[in-house]
Amino acid sequence: MAIFEYAPAPETVKAPIREQYGLFIDGKWTAPRGGQYFETVNPATEETLARVAHAGDEDVDRAVRAARKAYDKYWRKMRPADRAKYIYRIARAITERSRELAVLETMDGGKPIKESRDFDIPLSAAHFFYYAGWADKLEWAMRAGEEPKPIGVAGQIVPWNFPLLMAAWKVAPALACGNTIVLKPAETTPLTALALAQIAAEAGLPPGVLNVITGDGATGAALVGHPDVDKIAFTGSTEVGKAIARSTAGSGKRLTLELGGKAAHIVFADAPMDQAIEGIVNGIYFNQGHVCCAGSRLLVEESVHEQIVVRLTDRIQTLRLGDPLDKNTDVGAINSKMQLDKIKELVGTGIDEGAVLVQQSCELPERGFFFPASFFTNVQQSHRIAREEIFGPVLSILTFRTPEEAVEKANNTPYGLSAGIWTDKGSKNMYIAQYLRAGVVWCNTFNQFDPSSPFGGFRESGFGREGGVHGLREYLAH
Amino acid sequence: MSVTVDAVMLEARAGSLAKRSIKTTAKVAGIRLAIGCMDLTTLEGKDSHGRIRSLCAKALHPAPHLPDVPSVAAVCVYPNLVPAAKEALRGTSVKVASVATAFPSGQSSMEVKLADTAAAIAAGADEIDMVIDRGAFLSGYYRAVYDEIVAIKAACGPVHLKVILETGELGSYDAVRRASDLALEAGADFIKTSTGKVGTNATFPVAVTMCEAIRDYARRTGRRAGLKVAGGVRNTKQAMTYLVIIKETLGESWLTPDLFRIGASSLLDDLLMQYEKQLTGHYAGRDYFPMD
Repeated sequence: MAIFEYAPAPETVKAPIREQYGLFIDGKWTAPRGGQYFETVNPATEETLARVAHAGDEDVDRAVRAARKAYDKYWRKMRPADRAKYIYRIARAITERSRELAVLETMDGGKPIKESRDFDIPLSAAHFFYYAGWADKLEWAMRAGEEPKPIGVAGQIVPWNFPLLMAAWKVAPALACGNTIVLKPAETTPLTALALAQIAAEAGLPPGVLNVITGDGATGAALVGHPDVDKIAFTGSTEVGKAIARSTAGSGKRLTLELGGKAAHIVFADAPMDQAIEGIVNGIYFNQGHVCCAGSRLLVEESVHEQIVVRLTDRIQTLRLGDPLDKNTDVGAINSKMQLDKIKELVGTGIDEGAVLVQQSCELPERGFFFPASFFTNVQQSHRIAREEIFGPVLSILTFRTPEEAVEKANNTPYGLSAGIWTDKGSKNMYIAQYLRAGVVWCNTFNQFDPSSPFGGFRESGFGREGGVHGLREYLAH
Repeated sequence: MSVTVDAVMLEARAGSLAKRSIKTTAKVAGIRLAIGCMDLTTLEGKDSHGRIRSLCAKALHPAPHLPDVPSVAAVCVYPNLVPAAKEALRGTSVKVASVATAFPSGQSSMEVKLADTAAAIAAGADEIDMVIDRGAFLSGYYRAVYDEIVAIKAACGPVHLKVILETGELGSYDAVRRASDLALEAGADFIKTSTGKVGTNATFPVAVTMCEAIRDYARRTGRRAGLKVAGGVRNTKQAMTYLVIIKETLGESWLTPDLFRIGASSLLDDLLMQYEKQLTGHYAGRDYFPMD
């Protein structure tokens, strides 16, 4: 019998959810012209949370026109210090409503409440605070001879893994630089973006400066193809990113893409081993592995492979999988049925290819979309599970013999978003880091973020940077 | 050669364990466990026979009016007060632990340390809490530290030996890990964080590090050693976090007085108050619990 079993510890704050949401265009909630709505469900219970408007081409056009009008009428002309006041107001409102936003994010997306509470929402607010401070100091982001000018209307398309945070990464710098926005959240996680629209309205942001339209891929494609959009910022899959790059080519639209990844997470034999295990766990099981920069490809020095497998096998048994609203849950729900099917398919491929699967042994909840924390050993570079992004709580473990081989294997991927290194030698950390083709390299840590630090990819992980002064420059015409 | 420890990630891990939410039935079970694993301690210059008698009474029946509150695991006293404690606890389950080896500094000759230990055992101590020679450890004389523990362990015979690392004086988690490995190899039945007599006592990251050493040692040798956290554990929330740390690094089978102890004095009162709160739904004042 269990002698110290954690009792349920549900988050008790309630998030206000409307039965139905319209589109937030020109400062008002409006019905979609086509009259179509879709449902957003809680992936942990499969219950419908709300009906959300589907924006058709006409709605996209209305939103872009509203953004254009607001750009010309208010936002580009406003004193930068006044723009900052609105952004600060939004930042404060997110902080004040952090608990209910965390609950909303967890209910709509399935991530554990401890992550939405301690990571997504505070970091979202931090981005607004950070970029608010930049609004009247833009000349300091410029090179000699450059003058900061806004670009115009930005179309921003965000994914379902960090819904509010990804919106914050895009909205905050765009506003600070004087651009207006049409934001499209992901189909499965629209609720916190809609809450952000409400916050913007309550902050008195002039109508049309931030428009939020919900819908599916067709809505996103209409936004990307709209002739009066000056800039597209997209975070999501490499496949869609490529389609966007093709469709915007030659249009004069500026483009930033933050796409997939298959990050190498390198553990040397001299690593602080227990902390490396924590880094591995954080790297792949954080947000159920729905992380574009997840450390999904573990490269371990052959001499410590066995002990890492032993330690990791024990460690994943202590992960608590279940109700995302429980404060002690470590692994929440997979975002959607579609994603769950994709994870299962790739895991099946891994087994067929001869890799050995290790999983946490726990009962999965009867309802909802869940997948246990898993890892594969005996993975080879040629396996699909070593090359393709699984975007789930599934780690592939490979080995290397020398630092050169580690670097070679790490870079042997079309992606290049993030990487991690674990070694007790500072010099080795820095030496290896300079050879890794990845936008961010974490040394003896993983998944660390800060608004002042740029983030973005190499090659098929995209281009352009978000965060820091680099992220700011993506929204300036110079 | 000990594994190295990265301070940043270790502290993050300890911080996340400290955020576990322990409510309702878990809290009741946890409080009972914490009391049952407690070394109720008095180590002061003004300790007297009268003080020991009242401490022992409380150790045996921490709160006579509350059902299901167990006795504590042991009382922990100075060697010269062991006879008084044995007398008061004769025929009960509560053990008598004695500090020894020139506690708390350990700054004395080997002869004195052995004599100190022998005297405590002769007086009836069931358990010995020795201190390591931190001066030697920090000078790099690991062999000397090891040999001293081996000698004291031999002097203890069947008496349980807890080895105090005084982690607040070791300066780094790497040193904590190394001292833990060294004490375990030398035969410690328990490794213990602190004397309670220096500025920094038990902390969550230190406890995690020591648990990892115990876990790796058990994996390597099959021998299960225990952990005692001591000093600065004053409230129920801290005690619950130590239980969480044990559960999630060593496993629930370590949550027994044979393998886990909390050395504390004022903690017991807070545990009892929180226990009553869980049962009745409201807090009683301090005066509703016996002093000591």
